[in-house]
Amino acid sequence: MSNYYDDKDLRKFGKITEWNEELGNKFFDYYSEVFKEGALTAREKSLIALAVAHTEQCPYCIDAYTKDGLQKAITKEEMMEAIHVGAAIKSGATLVHGVQMMNKVNKLDL
Amino acid sequence: MAQTSLQKRHSDLAESNRQLEILSGGIFANGELETFKSKISQTNQFPLKAKKLEILQINVGYMCNQVCEHCHVDAGPDRKEIMTKETMQECIEVIKNTGAHTLDLTGGAPEMNPNFRWFVEKASKAGIKDFIVRSNLTIIRANKKYYDLPDFFKKHNIHVISSMPHWTRGKTDKQRGDGVFDKSIKALQELNERGYGMPGSDLRLDLVYNPSGAFLPGDQAAMEKDFKKALLEDFNIRFHNLFAITNLPIARFLDYLVASENYEDYMYALVDAYNPAAVENVMCTNTLSISWDGYLFDCDFNQMLELPVNSKAKHISQYNEELLEGRNIVISQHCYGCTAGSGSSCQGTVA
Repeated sequence: MSNYYDDKDLRKFGKITEWNEELGNKFFDYYSEVFKEGALTAREKSLIALAVAHTEQCPYCIDAYTKDGLQKAITKEEMMEAIHVGAAIKSGATLVHGVQMMNKVNKLDL
Repeated sequence: MAQTSLQKRHSDLAESNRQLEILSGGIFANGELETFKSKISQTNQFPLKAKKLEILQINVGYMCNQVCEHCHVDAGPDRKEIMTKETMQECIEVIKNTGAHTLDLTGGAPEMNPNFRWFVEKASKAGIKDFIVRSNLTIIRANKKYYDLPDFFKKHNIHVISSMPHWTRGKTDKQRGDGVFDKSIKALQELNERGYGMPGSDLRLDLVYNPSGAFLPGDQAAMEKDFKKALLEDFNIRFHNLFAITNLPIARFLDYLVASENYEDYMYALVDAYNPAAVENVMCTNTLSISWDGYLFDCDFNQMLELPVNSKAKHISQYNEELLEGRNIVISQHCYGCTAGSGSSCQGTVA
């Protein structure tokens, strides 16, 4: 194996059912159900997926939901804003732990 | 945006044989992907057969005021293939006697044919139920001599179908050329002023969306909702329906796919999205395409690939609807473009 990630592997995702058909099918059924139009539009769900794809740093998901966004006529400006939402939560989640650090310092420091 | 046609650039992809070679070679020749013939054979849908004719589509010439990046016709201002008045006269005779309920004029920009208005006037008297002109919108604003086209369309009760790749300027101009968005908006507003596209109006105005890159169109109904909302809010524009059309891998779009190294991924996407239900209603089964020089084809795409109908009647001078019905449709791998997802036709999705 020359690379840990190969973009062509995304095409093989469906094959995970071959080694456990029951759980694999359950996952894909659930997955397709989640992305159907509901209280949120399919478009809104696609943007959430794109933001999460980035915070999870999943190259397959980034490829998939960039393409999905284009297919849904989502603009690049909308995509970038969605990613900033993910980035803001990520950095916020890091920084909010600063309170824990401050608590600890306040407890330990004279 | 492309500046000239593939033909003008002497690109080898201007040759239909080279395009067919690409579509049959590589991933389809080495068995990585199944050929269209093999795929439809699995569901006993081979050979595809023409049913009763419903739509007569006439291409009156490849000349166009735009040079769109994705154009399957390789149309542009430098193309000189224009239907003559003599061939139009032959078409009129066919239109008078056809069993088809829809007449669909396309191009290039059909309005650039010098005999376009004469042809429309004659054809509109033949009693066809639905008379479509595929107008690229910018032609209406391209030159003073076209400014009255909305009135002309209205006078002859023409059903206008126009391309609009996005509701934003950036995405539209990238695909179709600088300034196309603003001109298209102006043209749509003028059509609306004449009653085109208004709720309840008999003056039909539909838009065609096709993706601005190497990806498939999204759900037609959802896109229609997005287009309607944005065009109404931003420009007070109304239209009836949106047709989401898949770009077929031929001519300039094939050139783009190959040059941008997206060809294989795109073909994978088309094959992965293959839907046998779309095959059932694919447009070549109820449509006949007539080229600028009067030859007959199963669809506009086969016309561009120079794949003539599989029938003894090959030219408008030999036109015979009974003979053409039941003919075997000529296929290649580009046909996957019409059977992906909900399917694609000049009238939008089919499944």
